Amino acid sequence: MPYINGIGLISPQKTVDTHEFLTEIMEYQADFLKCIEPVYKKYIDPIQSRRMSRLIKMGIASAKISLMDAGCDMPDAIITGTGLGSVEETEKILGEISKDEKFLNPTPFIQSTYNTISSQIAIQLKCHNYNSTYVHRNFSFENGLLDALMLMEEEMAQNILVGGIDEMTFNHLQIIRRVGQWKKEPVNNLKVREYQTPGALAGEGAAFFTLGKEKTAESYAELLDVLTLFDIEQTTSIPDVIERFLEKNNLSRPNIDLLILGVNGDIQYDPVYYQMSNDFFPGVPQAWFKHLCGEYYTATGFALYAAANILKRREYPPIMQLNDLQPSSWKNILIYNQLRNINHALMLVRAIS
Amino acid sequence: MSKRVYVTGIGVVCAIGNNVDETLTSLLAEKSGIGEITLFSSIHKGILPLAEVKLTTNQLLDEIGHKGAKNLTRTALLGIKAAKEALGSSGITDIQKHRTGLVSATTVGGMDLSENFYAEFLESPQKGRMINIVNHDCADSTERIASNLHITDFVTTISTACSSSVNAIMFGSNLIKSGQLDRVLVGGNDALTRFTLNGFNTLMILDKNGCHPFDEHRAGLTLGEGAAFLVLESEEIVHKEQKKILAEILGYGNANDAFHQTASSPDGTGAFLAMSKALKMSGLKPAEIDYINVHGTGTENNDLSEGIAMERIFGDQVPPFSSTKAFTGHTLGAAGAVEAVISILSIRNRVIFPNLNFSTPMKELKIQPVRKTIRNIELRHILSNSFGFGGNNSSVILSKV
Repeated sequence: MPYINGIGLISPQKTVDTHEFLTEIMEYQADFLKCIEPVYKKYIDPIQSRRMSRLIKMGIASAKISLMDAGCDMPDAIITGTGLGSVEETEKILGEISKDEKFLNPTPFIQSTYNTISSQIAIQLKCHNYNSTYVHRNFSFENGLLDALMLMEEEMAQNILVGGIDEMTFNHLQIIRRVGQWKKEPVNNLKVREYQTPGALAGEGAAFFTLGKEKTAESYAELLDVLTLFDIEQTTSIPDVIERFLEKNNLSRPNIDLLILGVNGDIQYDPVYYQMSNDFFPGVPQAWFKHLCGEYYTATGFALYAAANILKRREYPPIMQLNDLQPSSWKNILIYNQLRNINHALMLVRAIS
Repeated sequence: MSKRVYVTGIGVVCAIGNNVDETLTSLLAEKSGIGEITLFSSIHKGILPLAEVKLTTNQLLDEIGHKGAKNLTRTALLGIKAAKEALGSSGITDIQKHRTGLVSATTVGGMDLSENFYAEFLESPQKGRMINIVNHDCADSTERIASNLHITDFVTTISTACSSSVNAIMFGSNLIKSGQLDRVLVGGNDALTRFTLNGFNTLMILDKNGCHPFDEHRAGLTLGEGAAFLVLESEEIVHKEQKKILAEILGYGNANDAFHQTASSPDGTGAFLAMSKALKMSGLKPAEIDYINVHGTGTENNDLSEGIAMERIFGDQVPPFSSTKAFTGHTLGAAGAVEAVISILSIRNRVIFPNLNFSTPMKELKIQPVRKTIRNIELRHILSNSFGFGGNNSSVILSKV
């Protein structure tokens, strides 16, 4: 509990059609990976969407795809995670105020607040229920999920819409490139690990999940638990944390059939994943996903989409394989993501029994 | 698992005080923190009033022992200062003794530095000092506080516009009730920025004369800055360590107005639902609420919508209420926590602080706010409202123990 009953994902891959699962892989040579956006008029009234920022449109569309996929009209809560919020709108305002504070158009300001996506979804659905937004780097999406798990435990909700969404702009990419977080030049996304250079390939995405207390005939998987850890003092043993996390969920290492890692081609921090998985999960099949969607604060939305589909379809797209091992059963997937070896996040996903 | 969540420590820095004691002194003296711009740099100086924290960024750095540091935003400094005071007030010295978390809230994060970066960057992509941009995101101030206080078990940031820090109180309470943590530092921080000042100015909701909430002639809000934190602890810790309890978090509610991105619904649906949910969780009847610290921004739209929602819930028996934003200004992401601290001061000092600058009742409402300080009044349960853009409305009930 809870069950993942619907998924809506807009990403740099062709993920909008919920009946397909990574059947055709998009290969790019790019500064950063941009989402393949759907035709919005299927999801948003064109008169309204003309005034909306790209991030808001992606958020509303992916939320609606998720709800339709789950057959849910009105969620009991809407929770969004976003690391950077409306980058594009924020940049518009900063551009205008840097010219002697002559900033006259209110629309970018209205759309720039971090909670805009969650609240625009509420307005579209006329949903008066619980509504919140988490804005903590690579914890944003996981903390939204944790909030949802607690609301369900407390019997406050039956169906909850939880999403992770972030956008990238060329300006923002240029700025953050200067601190070495991103690859300095365009790269091939599928070969991003081969460059052996510091920095990740940036990306973006909007992933919404309809979580339900009850499973349906179409449920993808069960989200067992999430955990985030801020190890700024570098005093914690991550394997110990994982061990306790598994124990709390009545599992141990041999129960993990597939490990999905946040490997992103950054030679500085990828060894954190390799060391953990080699020491702690030897012989366990490993997958990665950031060559498909790029790195962004809520990229684990893509990972959860992949885990849910892998468990439902009992198939594992070869493009995601990180080592040569194949899962021998399709029961439990552990997703591990970290930022600069400080912010660690775990998600545990189980097949529907 | 703890069924009850107690407040054992508070800390605040805002326009009327650099700490809890100073804030209480100003409240009791009916002294507003709103005035002409003195420290903040903007072309609106001399035109728009603000509620500034009366400490320069350098003074804040000195106070928290980071003299000369260049990589800390004003938002983070305000947060560290208030968070430290809250921990001290709770008597916590060993942070590792219990599973401890930090749930902070902000609306603009490190924007006070990043807006400086952009001016240079837009001239040339190679320009702009990186130290001014790397702290831009909302998590930065939270992680600075966590690092400063050695909190690692759980750290997150919430941003739901002006209701952000009430949602931090709610989420923190849930983390304790669900048994994930034993204690959580909850609150919020926001510094004044040209981004927010100009943003609100384009919406034409800033009162040139300083806000006068719930007044017929109100003309908008006044922006403030600050930070406030509360230490929430489980009943197990409180009993085991025989800690002094400042208040109990008895109930809370979160709802969405789902009406318009910046305007509240005419019937106050979101406000009504948030207050109703908080009452339901607390198990209290409306008549048991002794005072409401209203959101009361002073905008035409908010005060009308909030007033109507209060009349819908409380009928002819609306309890005494006031907006303390004419003291502190609207501190955005910090507002809910600042007002929770003020509510606790009300409970502990048996006093209702007045709604400053009020003169004429609103013609649409039967109710009007408290005009003069009321002393020696028993306050068992206080409802505090925080409503935000995007219809993100939240209410919390703080009770005497």
